[in-house]
Amino acid sequence: MAYPAKYRYTKQHEWVDVSGDVATIGITDYAQHELGDVVFAELPKVGAKVEAGKPFGTVESVKAVSEIYSPVAGEVTEVNGELQNTPEKINSDPHGSAWLIRVRLANPAEVKGLMDAAAYEAFIAEADKSKEASA
Amino acid sequence: MESVNSPIASELRKTALNAVHRRLGAKMVNFGGWDMPVEYPSTGGLVAEHKAVRSSVGVFDVSHMGDIRVRTGRTPGGALTAVQHLSMNDASKLAIGQAHYSALLYPTGTFVDDVIVHRLGDDDFLLVINAGTREKDIRWVRENVKGFDCVVEDLSDAYTQLAIQGPRAIDVMRKLTDANLDGVKNYWFTHGSVCGLKDILIARTGYTGEDGFEIYVPSDKATSEEVWTRVMDAGREFGLIPCGLGARNTLRLEAKMALYGHEISDTINVWEAGLDRYCKMDKGEFIGREALERAKAAGLKRTLVGLEMIDRGIARDEYCCCSEADGAIGVITSGSPSPTLGKNIALAYVPPSMSVVGTPIYVEIRGQKYKAQVVPTPFYKRPKMATATQVVKTA
Repeated sequence: MAYPAKYRYTKQHEWVDVSGDVATIGITDYAQHELGDVVFAELPKVGAKVEAGKPFGTVESVKAVSEIYSPVAGEVTEVNGELQNTPEKINSDPHGSAWLIRVRLANPAEVKGLMDAAAYEAFIAEADKSKEASA
Repeated sequence: MESVNSPIASELRKTALNAVHRRLGAKMVNFGGWDMPVEYPSTGGLVAEHKAVRSSVGVFDVSHMGDIRVRTGRTPGGALTAVQHLSMNDASKLAIGQAHYSALLYPTGTFVDDVIVHRLGDDDFLLVINAGTREKDIRWVRENVKGFDCVVEDLSDAYTQLAIQGPRAIDVMRKLTDANLDGVKNYWFTHGSVCGLKDILIARTGYTGEDGFEIYVPSDKATSEEVWTRVMDAGREFGLIPCGLGARNTLRLEAKMALYGHEISDTINVWEAGLDRYCKMDKGEFIGREALERAKAAGLKRTLVGLEMIDRGIARDEYCCCSEADGAIGVITSGSPSPTLGKNIALAYVPPSMSVVGTPIYVEIRGQKYKAQVVPTPFYKRPKMATATQVVKTA
C-alpha cells in the first residue's frame, strides 16, 4: 500500500494529514499489518486534549493491544465513530476511511519535525531488514 | 503504535521448517525461545486460520514440542512403574496404541508441565511435552526415574511434528497414508507410511478442540520440507492453510485447553486448574499425590472459570479481576476475542464463591473496570456430527 506523499509519519507508525489547523490522525499500513486482524479501537472523546508523543487511545487485534501515540498536540474535534462497529476497516483502509481522530493543532509548526513519506518508507525498510538479519 | 514483538534475538531455536515459514511470509515471534510463526498474513492471517480449522482443515508446525521416550530397562515393567511415578494419570489403563492427557507434578501438587502420554508398547511410553519447558522436563524425568529400571531418551530433536487439524483433517490424512485411520479413535495412534516414509507415528490428537492428527516425521530439513509440501498439496482441495501459534492459542482457549505458564504453572495445583479427571488419586503413589490429598482436605482457595465480557473491552493475560465493590479478587490467565463466538472470552482464577455461572466479575483494563460474567466452559465444543468415517460405515 502506498504511503500518501502529503501525510507526515511517526516512528510509532502513526500518520497525520494537516489541513489548515486541523490534523487527521491514523495508523499506517505497516502498523495494521504488524497488528493483524483489528477487532477493537478505543478512542478519546471530542474535546479531549492530546499531547505529542503521548498515547491517546488503543487499537486491539486478536492477539495484541497497541497504544496509539499522538504525533501532535491539540484538542480532539472529531472521532471516527464508524470504527466502533467496523474496526476491521483499520486493516483494509488504514490511510483513508479508517482515520482515528481529528485534532485542532495547538502548534501547527510541530508537524515539520515528522517524517515525510520517503523518510518513513526508508524507516520501515530498515526495520524489516533488522528483523530479517536478527532471525 | 508501538510494536508489540521486540526484534528477534539471533540465538532463537528454529524448527526444520523455519525457512518454509519465512518463505510464506509468516510473522515470526519468540515463543519459549523458539522462532515460530504466529500467523501467515499472505493466506489470510490469524482469524482465517482459526476459521479454517473450525470449518475445514489447517496445518501447524509444532516441532518445537519435546518428546521423551521411557522404555524398558533390564527387566520388563520398569518403564510403566516409572511413568506411574512421574505422571498423575493412570498409564496402566492405556492400551498399546492409546494416549492420554496427564501432567508431571512437583511434590507440592503443582505443575512441572502437562503432557500427552502415548503407550507405544507394554513397557514403552512416549511423553510429548511443551517447548518452553523441554530442558526442565527432561532433567525432571531423568532425576526422578533414578530408582527405576528404565531407559529415558530425549527424542525432541528427532521429530518434525505436524498437527493437521479440523473436520477435514481425516480427508487430508487419507491421501497421505496407507494406515487404516478408521480404527484410530480420538487419543489413539498408529504407525504407518506417510508420504512414502515408513513407520511414522500418526496420533489422533491436537490442541484445537477439533478432530485432527499429529504426525511425527524425521526432523532433517529435506524430509520435513517434503512432508510439509505434500500436506499442503493434499489439503489444497479442502482449503487447508498453514496456521500459526496465534490461531493455535485462540483455538485452544475456546476449547479451554490449558497452556503452561497461564492456566497451569509451578504455583497452581491440579484441583485449582480443574484437571481432576486426569488425576488418578487411587492408582497408587505418584509425585505430588500427598500434597494433593492435603490440598483437597484444606479446600480450594481459587478456581479456574470461563468469563465472557459484557462491556466492550478485551480481557488479556494477567489483567486483574475485581468484584464490583472491592479490589483484586483474581487474575486473567488467558483472554482474547473468540473468532468462533464473536465475543471476548477469558479464563481466570477467582475465589470459589465467585465461580458460579452468571456471577458478575469486573476486569481491570487500563485502569477502568469492565463488566464480565462467569459462563460455562468449554466456550466451544465441536458438534457431534457423524464423521465421514461413520457415514461410510452406516451407509
